[in-house]
Amino acid sequence: MSFDERGGAPVRRPSPEGRRSASLFQFVSSFGYSASGTAISEGSRSRSSLGTVLLGLVVPVLILATWWVAAESPEVPDYLLPSPAQVVLAAIELAESGLLGTYIAISVQRVLIGFAIGASIGLAVGALVGLSPLASKLLNPTLGALRAVPSLAWLPLLVIFMGIFEPPKITLIAIGAAFPVFTTVAGALRHVDPHLVEAGRAFGLTRFRLLTVVQLPAVVPSIVSGLRLALAQSWLFLVAAELAGSSMGLGFLLIDSQNNGRIDRLFLAIILLGILGKTTDALVGLGERALLKRWG
Amino acid sequence: MCLPGLLGGEGGSYGDVMSLSESTTVAVSPALPVSLRGVGRTFPGVNGGEPRVVLRDVQLDIAPGEIVALLGPSGCGKSTLLRQISGLDRPTSGTLTIDRTAVAPADQRSAVAFQEPRLLPWRTVARNIELGLPRGLDRRQGAARVAELLELVQLSHAAGLKPREISGGMAQRVSLARALARGPGVLLLDEPFGALDALTRLTMQDLLVDIHRAEPATIVLVTHDVDEALALADRIVLLGTRHDREGATISMILDVPGARPRDRASVVLTRLRAKLLEALGVPSHHGS
Repeated sequence: MSFDERGGAPVRRPSPEGRRSASLFQFVSSFGYSASGTAISEGSRSRSSLGTVLLGLVVPVLILATWWVAAESPEVPDYLLPSPAQVVLAAIELAESGLLGTYIAISVQRVLIGFAIGASIGLAVGALVGLSPLASKLLNPTLGALRAVPSLAWLPLLVIFMGIFEPPKITLIAIGAAFPVFTTVAGALRHVDPHLVEAGRAFGLTRFRLLTVVQLPAVVPSIVSGLRLALAQSWLFLVAAELAGSSMGLGFLLIDSQNNGRIDRLFLAIILLGILGKTTDALVGLGERALLKRWG
Repeated sequence: MCLPGLLGGEGGSYGDVMSLSESTTVAVSPALPVSLRGVGRTFPGVNGGEPRVVLRDVQLDIAPGEIVALLGPSGCGKSTLLRQISGLDRPTSGTLTIDRTAVAPADQRSAVAFQEPRLLPWRTVARNIELGLPRGLDRRQGAARVAELLELVQLSHAAGLKPREISGGMAQRVSLARALARGPGVLLLDEPFGALDALTRLTMQDLLVDIHRAEPATIVLVTHDVDEALALADRIVLLGTRHDREGATISMILDVPGARPRDRASVVLTRLRAKLLEALGVPSHHGS
């Protein structure tokens, strides 16, 4: 099943309320970075016993309770803080209209396609630069400069080049996903234990066999952590792309709710982004454990 | 000691070999002669510094099946010399041949066991040994050869373990088995037992003697342990520098008498030990 915005609701143009959405932008972007950081540290020690799970639930339950109490208190106006129940009701209402499923599906689709494209490119270029000193000298200055451009800066250009539908969003996500993979893979390949590489050479391995037998397996842990970082980045850039111009998706839900004063839906969108991001990260984490068991 | 017709080589048919030799599943190459003519190695200066002469004028002929120990103080170029023979490094002057043809880069007629085991940490012991098998061996023959080598280095029980799950001595035995896997004509050992405790080292030396008897190859063994050299080598080649010239070269060659395994406390060996220690600049206190 595939989605795009053609035939959907009329496309929003960036509204004159640019200032408010800009501040929302910054909030989302810093949120995304910190989320990527915690996601990684959590995954590595995720041999979850029941105790660990319960301990991990303490803070969310406390937050939920505090939220509930605060939302019920008369000092906090409804238009600033909805109660958890209102958020659940908003979810039900959106789900019944069919919009919630559509929004989640298209956002997940964008993230997965963009992530797959970006990660593949990052892996290929990272392998090239990490293995070939010539390619490294040739490409490193350019790639360094490209990486220095904040990836969101590409968005207006992408929209002009590619239009307003899926391509610019997926391209932006791919750009965001490619760099973390490229950086970790290139760095890790450059630092594969030279002793192991020499041992491989001594036993008759050359270029391609050396790569598949010694060098790639040696960098599997780095590749996986690069992929996790890239996935977190993908969600960040998804929201950015959808905020800037879309008629569907969770980022659209954010900006639409902001414009209509639907604080309950705004909360819903943020919570859904958190849940989806954590879920995809956990899936990669499962893959990581299987890979590390084999190659670690 | 080496059966005629066992030359496996690239085009060798393993089927024929198996009918000739019952103890091995791979064409164990006959031991090959090694010849060094005026070998020297100079490393270019770092950051425009002076080039560093490490080896000069090394002249040595090693007979097929011979065990030669390269002995010398730390950092005198023993390992560098071994790397020239293996083809992992190239001499700046002189020529090296194995079986009268020039040594190729990473020459596949020889096999190296390094100072460190250098096992791939994500592969099991058996899969690490597989790395040393000759190309073009089918799966069944490969598995049989690995099983045979595991038996030889007494590690059959550890075949499925990862390198981090085994001891240093076991890891060195895996490294040795990997080097033996292709039945090399020349076996190059770079202080293979240097990092092991004294007891394990003695066991490993006995094991090497057994292995050499089972699969005789020409062995070049780098060591800084005089006793190890005396226990294992047919000849001990002492490397050293003269204070008036940069770069190490052969300063003495000693024949060690006696069939292996040798009595480590024999009078002859004691006398040779004193002579070697003297040459290395360590007073032996022998007979004082």
